[in-house]
Amino acid sequence: MEPLIRLRNIERVYDVGPQKFYVLRRVTLDIHPGEFVTIMGPSGAGKSSLLSIIGMLDGAWTGEYHFMEQPVHRLNAKQRNELHKYNIGFVFQSYHLIDNLTVFENLEIPLSYRNIPHKERVSLVCDALDRFNIVGKKDLFPNQLSGGQQQLVGVARAVIQNPKLLLADEPTGNLHSAQGEEIMQLFKKLNEAGTTIIQVTHSEKNASYGNRIIQLRDGWVVSGDSSAAGAA
Amino acid sequence: MTDGNNTLIKMEGVKKVFYTDEVETHALSDIHLEVKRGEYISISGPSGCGKSTLLSILGLLDSPTEGQYSLNGKPVANLTAAERTRIRNREIGFIFQAFNLIGDLTVYENVELPLTYRGTGAAERKQMVEKALQRVGMAHRMRHYPSQLSGGQQQRVAVARALVGEPSILMADEPTGNLDSKNGEAVMELLRDLHRNGATICMVTHDERYASFAERTIHLFDGQIVKESREAHAAV
Repeated sequence: MEPLIRLRNIERVYDVGPQKFYVLRRVTLDIHPGEFVTIMGPSGAGKSSLLSIIGMLDGAWTGEYHFMEQPVHRLNAKQRNELHKYNIGFVFQSYHLIDNLTVFENLEIPLSYRNIPHKERVSLVCDALDRFNIVGKKDLFPNQLSGGQQQLVGVARAVIQNPKLLLADEPTGNLHSAQGEEIMQLFKKLNEAGTTIIQVTHSEKNASYGNRIIQLRDGWVVSGDSSAAGAA
Repeated sequence: MTDGNNTLIKMEGVKKVFYTDEVETHALSDIHLEVKRGEYISISGPSGCGKSTLLSILGLLDSPTEGQYSLNGKPVANLTAAERTRIRNREIGFIFQAFNLIGDLTVYENVELPLTYRGTGAAERKQMVEKALQRVGMAHRMRHYPSQLSGGQQQRVAVARALVGEPSILMADEPTGNLDSKNGEAVMELLRDLHRNGATICMVTHDERYASFAERTIHLFDGQIVKESREAHAAV
């Protein structure tokens, strides 16, 4: 099976005055459809940078990146934006909900950037409300919800169009343990239903929901690389 | 209209009571407030004094327990849910402490968001988004994502999003709360420029320094307006 994500020698450098600061060093990885991968490592190891590159939110890197067999390194910003918009959902530590929009309207956001007729949008949002058991919350605003409920809306929004890949950066970082566990159970279910997941976390417990751990140190992958190049 | 068309906001005897575990909390009691078109007011007071509750009601994110609130000469109590939503999305631009940008949307897309809820055509949307980004000095970052920007820049983008639909009023809830003093000041200056160009602004802040950027400050304490002060220099 072709990998969903194929990274070869990915490097990310920041210029700090005359100095070069390497955030990622020759990262080579394969991630296959259906995997649930955890990226771990100390603060500053490059975890979030790697997630941003995989999610195509950062274009200033070198190396080769194939996503669904498409060469991301050859795409321009606009093409990359299209590619991630249709195939990748994001969950953020701080939820990224809009406080002056209702739950219903927040769920609608990803759909409003595509040519989806109003009727279909409404039915997709209603499906998501059903699926995530938040029908009763649809007219509430984010700050009328608990943190766990807000993140539930965050996850529902990320997967409203059934993306191939779900990326999560410390998704339970702002939550109490019981709420966090609920979100992880949800990820597990989504993964079992076929969504590939990559999460960044400091939590061993959250990592145990996944099937593989990639360890980063100072920008280097130190373990968990399953690519042929890395195994050789 | 007895209000004349210069009054944008009129509150009379507004009360807000929260009931939790049989305890009544009076978040707001007997608020009378009038805001004229083109005014810049700040609402200040210690935390827990009712500032955010007041802003939520002003922004149609919450309803008063008692009292009258008219926006643009229209009482909002009798509106249907759909009308409330429509007014909230069209008449009010929101700016929050935590910016409220969406990380996987570009700067351009984040600013475009309020327009996607209206039937605005693509060409007109583009023009409006670019204009709003120019007003806050962020047009050169259109294709970036929020995480590629500093906090101050993110708040500028959030201001552009609040502006883009040409709302009647901007509501800002602690807009400098997540910024260092230099970036905080820059955002305050941006709001002042917008006000000088005609924007009506209602800002909640607990920072006295920033409250003085407004023409008029409403001091809240224990859910009541205890004092109003005017800044002599602010209108200049």
